[in-house]
Amino acid sequence: MPGKLKVKIVAGRHLPVMDRASDLTDAFVEVKFGNTTFKTDVYLKSLNPQWNSEWFKFEVDDEDLQDEPLQITVLDHDTYSANDAIGKVYIDIDPLLYSEAATVISGWFPIYDTIHGIRGEINVVVKVDLFNDLNRFRQSSCGVKFFCTTSIPKCYRAVVIHGFVEELVVNEDPEYQWIDRIRTPRASNEARQRLISLMSGELQRKIGLKVLEMRGNAVVGYLQCFDLEGESGLVVRAIGTACTLDKLSSPAAFLPACNSPSKEMKESPLVHPPSHGCRSTHNSPIHTATGSRLTQNFSVSVPTLIYTGTGSGSAGKEGGPLKALLRQQTQSALEQRGGSPHRFCRRREFPFLTLTAFPPGLLVHVGGVVSARSVKLLDRIHNPDEPETRDAWWAEIRQEIKSHAKALGCHAVVGYSESTSICEEVCILSASGTAAVLNPRFLQEGTVEGSLEQRIEENLPVGCGFCHIPYDELNMPFPAHLTYCYNCRKQKVPDVLFTTIDLPTDAVVVGKGCLIQARLCRLKKKAQAEANATAISNLLPFMEYEVHTQLMNKLKLKGMNALFGLRIQITVGENMLMGLASATGVYLAALPTPGGIQIAGKTPNDGSYEQHISHMQKKINDTIAKNKELYEINPPEVSEEIIGSPIPEPRQRSRLLRSQSESSDEVTELDLSHGKKDAFVLEIDDADAMEDVHSLLTDVPPPSGFYSCNTEIMPGINNWTSEIQMFTSVRVVRLSSLNLTNQALNKNFNGLCENLLKSLYFKLRSMTPCCLCHVNFTVSLPEDELIQVTVTAVAITFDKNQALQTTKAHAEKSLQRASADNEEMLQFPLELCSDSLPSHAFPAAKEHLESASSNSGTPAAQRATSVDYSSFADRCSSWIELIKLKAQTIRRGSIKTTVTVEKASPMGDGNFRNRSAPPCASSTVGVVKMTPLSFIPGAKITKYLGIINMFFIRETTSLREEGGVSGFLHAFIAEVFAMVRAHVAALGGNAVVSYIMKQCVFMENPSKNQAQCLINVSGDAVVFVRESDLEVMSAQQPAVNCQPSCTGEVTT
Amino acid sequence: MTSELDIFVGNTTLIDEDVYRLWLDGYSVNDAVALRVRSGILEQTGATAGVLQSDTMDHYRTFHMLERLLHAPPKLLHQLIFQIPPSRQALLIERYYTFDEAFVREVLGKKLSKGTKKDLDDISTKTGITLKSCRRQFDNFKRVFKVVEEMRGSLVDNIQQHFLLSDRLARDYAAIVFFANNRFETGKKKLQYLSFGDFAFCAELMIQNWTLGAVGEAPTDPDSQMDDMDVDLDKEFLQDLKELKVLVADKDLLDLHKSLVCTVLRGKLSVFSEMETNFKNLSRGLVNVAAKLTHNKDVRDLFVDLVEKFVEPCRSDHWPLSDVRLFLTQYSVSVHSLDGFRHQVLWDRYMGTLRGCLLRLYHD
Repeated sequence: MPGKLKVKIVAGRHLPVMDRASDLTDAFVEVKFGNTTFKTDVYLKSLNPQWNSEWFKFEVDDEDLQDEPLQITVLDHDTYSANDAIGKVYIDIDPLLYSEAATVISGWFPIYDTIHGIRGEINVVVKVDLFNDLNRFRQSSCGVKFFCTTSIPKCYRAVVIHGFVEELVVNEDPEYQWIDRIRTPRASNEARQRLISLMSGELQRKIGLKVLEMRGNAVVGYLQCFDLEGESGLVVRAIGTACTLDKLSSPAAFLPACNSPSKEMKESPLVHPPSHGCRSTHNSPIHTATGSRLTQNFSVSVPTLIYTGTGSGSAGKEGGPLKALLRQQTQSALEQRGGSPHRFCRRREFPFLTLTAFPPGLLVHVGGVVSARSVKLLDRIHNPDEPETRDAWWAEIRQEIKSHAKALGCHAVVGYSESTSICEEVCILSASGTAAVLNPRFLQEGTVEGSLEQRIEENLPVGCGFCHIPYDELNMPFPAHLTYCYNCRKQKVPDVLFTTIDLPTDAVVVGKGCLIQARLCRLKKKAQAEANATAISNLLPFMEYEVHTQLMNKLKLKGMNALFGLRIQITVGENMLMGLASATGVYLAALPTPGGIQIAGKTPNDGSYEQHISHMQKKINDTIAKNKELYEINPPEVSEEIIGSPIPEPRQRSRLLRSQSESSDEVTELDLSHGKKDAFVLEIDDADAMEDVHSLLTDVPPPSGFYSCNTEIMPGINNWTSEIQMFTSVRVVRLSSLNLTNQALNKNFNGLCENLLKSLYFKLRSMTPCCLCHVNFTVSLPEDELIQVTVTAVAITFDKNQALQTTKAHAEKSLQRASADNEEMLQFPLELCSDSLPSHAFPAAKEHLESASSNSGTPAAQRATSVDYSSFADRCSSWIELIKLKAQTIRRGSIKTTVTVEKASPMGDGNFRNRSAPPCASSTVGVVKMTPLSFIPGAKITKYLGIINMFFIRETTSLREEGGVSGFLHAFIAEVFAMVRAHVAALGGNAVVSYIMKQCVFMENPSKNQAQCLINVSGDAVVFVRESDLEVMSAQQPAVNCQPSCTGEVTT
Repeated sequence: MTSELDIFVGNTTLIDEDVYRLWLDGYSVNDAVALRVRSGILEQTGATAGVLQSDTMDHYRTFHMLERLLHAPPKLLHQLIFQIPPSRQALLIERYYTFDEAFVREVLGKKLSKGTKKDLDDISTKTGITLKSCRRQFDNFKRVFKVVEEMRGSLVDNIQQHFLLSDRLARDYAAIVFFANNRFETGKKKLQYLSFGDFAFCAELMIQNWTLGAVGEAPTDPDSQMDDMDVDLDKEFLQDLKELKVLVADKDLLDLHKSLVCTVLRGKLSVFSEMETNFKNLSRGLVNVAAKLTHNKDVRDLFVDLVEKFVEPCRSDHWPLSDVRLFLTQYSVSVHSLDGFRHQVLWDRYMGTLRGCLLRLYHD
């Protein structure tokens, strides 16, 4: 499918002054794609040149179209010396390659220079004509859609989820090539940017090919990462979930928008499982993975540390044999399965999903978190075309994960992700996910391993099914406390549940959730190569264990019993290791009430010591009580009564269990008092433990009006307003003393994170009541004594008044929960998203007579407020509009009198209000929202325009002049945001969802007045329409689809 | 543990109005933090001093980056780096160009040159406004002046279009530019009682009536490029003003004028006798001011002269404002009845403006 790429250079503005003598610039533009270059005319003496070029046409293979970026260079013409580059724009044309996304890229792009930052803007129009060509041996994968979103994107439904796709490509890092010694920093940076752009294009194309092989048409949860391995090269790797997606035909008119990704799926009738009767479970044994599981996992993965070639320290040499071994394994496995076609082997090999939220019915059971780490020594990649070593490394880890999942009685891993941490030549590879049992109906045959026994179960319990253990309680790998599910009283559940996924939308949660972090530092001796790798791998299990203990303690301290979105990051530095785990704690109604924390001293008979301990104990108990109040966790009495009445059988059962609890010595029962064995006991026998207890208590809850979580949405809050603020905050601290202790280090690190959070709360105080969602902490150790913490999150305001109503609704719902029947199944999701549903938009097909009465009050009130908010957002003072009009008049060159302008202003004002539907229509610079979430509150995503994946380098040799390191990075991040927004706007979009800053590598050399920073961001460019506008639209023309709104979105 | 780097970047740029004010007022980060602490924000929010310091630094950095754009406000609207809602953009611009009354009184009518800039130290000490803030305000004046100085068309409109200021602020800037261009003396001790508003009022009247732009849309001589439309006084007009001298030079005319005024005002003024005795002095004063305006030096002293020749004499006789108004109205109107006087239009153009100015200048 070769194609024709057409580019037109329209104009420039705000160009820098390149000629000091005239204070002007003689600018021209070079347009380069592949090896072809076109030039515009020189536009003399202007900072706002109007080139209005012809269409530059490139005839290219689609393989190149996918790999190559379009490169636009703006230069200043110089008659006597070499032309000076002003800056560049790289445009990824991938979104133009599939039919449903953007059709044209047109807009103002910031002209970016790696030394000077943004220098003016350029207006460019790009189009692609593709010719159909059915070549069976094609190397391109045009047409495969990519999504960063880790759930099925809105306005699509999943026909089949095919499974895991992965790929990696390697190359030499231009920064480390010999030529770098003689070229300018700018040339080096540009070579790097271009290479990475090429590599990610290639990677995407290769992944696309795999998807096509699987007969899929899209990749969801696409995560691409760079490993800057320094001397040994540059690795770009990606993982994702191959799917076959179907576009929902009339999303705008009939589908009420929802606040969370998977809720939406519920409304799509095709995806919703019609029967509750059919469900597959795993009958065979297994167990949970909380506490000891992680450490145990680790003990398996530690031996994967490979010391290669005694003395030589090269991983490459041993990589070969290992790879061979693995191949053998795979081969044999395949044979056992009866020799399935080759192209299916990868999927079969790793039944992983990178999704964190699922279509209803897909997720059957959750086992627990599985993770594996491996320490590797890096060596130069000898042959970039054969990245076997790196492939083998990851294959090994994935194998590990797979076997862990199996041990938990699960055949699949969901919420899967991979990461690395590199320091010098040591690299820690990590992978983690959540072992799960999935409903095979959604997966293509062959994805799920055949050994699965399926059985039909009546009355699928709602909102607790996923908590039920998928493993056999008699055959648990380690001790755990099991109880009957507090929700359905039929199945066994663990006492605590850790997962890496988002909270399933049908989960029954009591109260609100909160962000829970475990932070840990461990000093390590400086060492070289193998000695270093050994030291690190010796430390890792302890770190895993401690991080886990901390999480457990903090969870209990919050009075909660489950963690979602768990992400444990281990970072390696020259002389220390850092562990940071973030998760969102919740109280799942299905799980037992967590026991308290009990403190025990090792030295009895000491009066004052005892006193001290009892004092501590009291403090802890007080904290737990306070937290329960803060997060509105008040389950037991309520649930007891509710569960009691409607269904007699479970009631009896629960009574039975209750009465037993006093006398029985079985571990199945949980008790609220702290004295019992299930309570978590902390022994403070040394300073270390004391430290732990103290650190537990130093975590301050967020100020009133604030909540935080690292999942998509906050359990217990569902009345979001449309006001969102995405932000990135970076802190680097220098540790003062050289002879640091672990304790001091921990304290510093804790303080750093806590202060950062406090700062965020302070900065965003005007948004209260609000919730920080998708809080994503990243730690790196750029130098010996430096710790860098990067946080990206989104603050979303919610309506307090509505919160009350929904909690009421929640209470009602839990009352109704007792009558667990078909209707409730429908009712629950509806209730959850009722805040955003215009009442008339309910599909008429759904009869919910009962719920109608209880709900009727709510949607009306909520609708009113949501309308109010959007109008509030669009409200502008009238005179700024007048000013804008004037500004436009100026730009047109005429400076005509006030009279006309004043006459125009009220009209302009009027137009404004009417046109407020596309938010960007009002201003010359359209507003582009950015969010790490997969949705935009109060709005409906009508179109996905393609993936945004950008990599930037910024360097300075005048650090002080640019405001020091803070000034430098502040400006750079602001520029990155601006470039992302400009690209989205040029695609015709008005938001980026699932935005993530994957890398922010900052290096400084203050003595040389230099600094350099690399940033990699990605997300999905989308078009959204406000729900309030949607109502109007659907009222006016019921059959409206997304087309009109999209065209309206295109900005100048 | 020291913080090497500490930044916060929002997709929508956060603007804290209070911090912006402190920044505009020229406080250092540390002073600003101290002032914020004093405002009780720590108690309200439960934040620590460290948090406040970090927050203030962040805002200062943002403002510093925005300052370049604020120098040419249309750039702020079209730039892509900071996503700021329109209402906030307006606030940023408006506040940036807002000036202190005390400061503007010090530099009003002065040449906006390096020399004046050197005096900012003294102004800062005298007014208690930080030097940084003085510099910003001075640079704003100078920048606006430079941009619109050579421009044709309405001064206020030009300022509004190029600096996106509110109508009110644009009018103030028009006055500042007009004063700077004509170098009116405003700093004399006897002028100290006048506020910036008084001068701005006069400037507006003068721009409307005494400049070339005031004559009409099309200048009399379309080829003449020598005069700017709004910024410079109409030279021809000033030249013509000499003709008014006859009103005081010709004794008969002066007497007739006096009697006309006295006839009408008799019994209507509480200070009638004082007016009667002073009439010739006052009239001479007003007409002489007009006649002298051909010289640049005398143009500069316009306000000094007006205060000396008219405001002060009347004030010493305790004329109430209403009487001043009645007198000036009658004084102007009566000229129409002077048959021997041929420059009625010229007189109206002069007196109409002067009357407005004098009424504004006449207060304690």
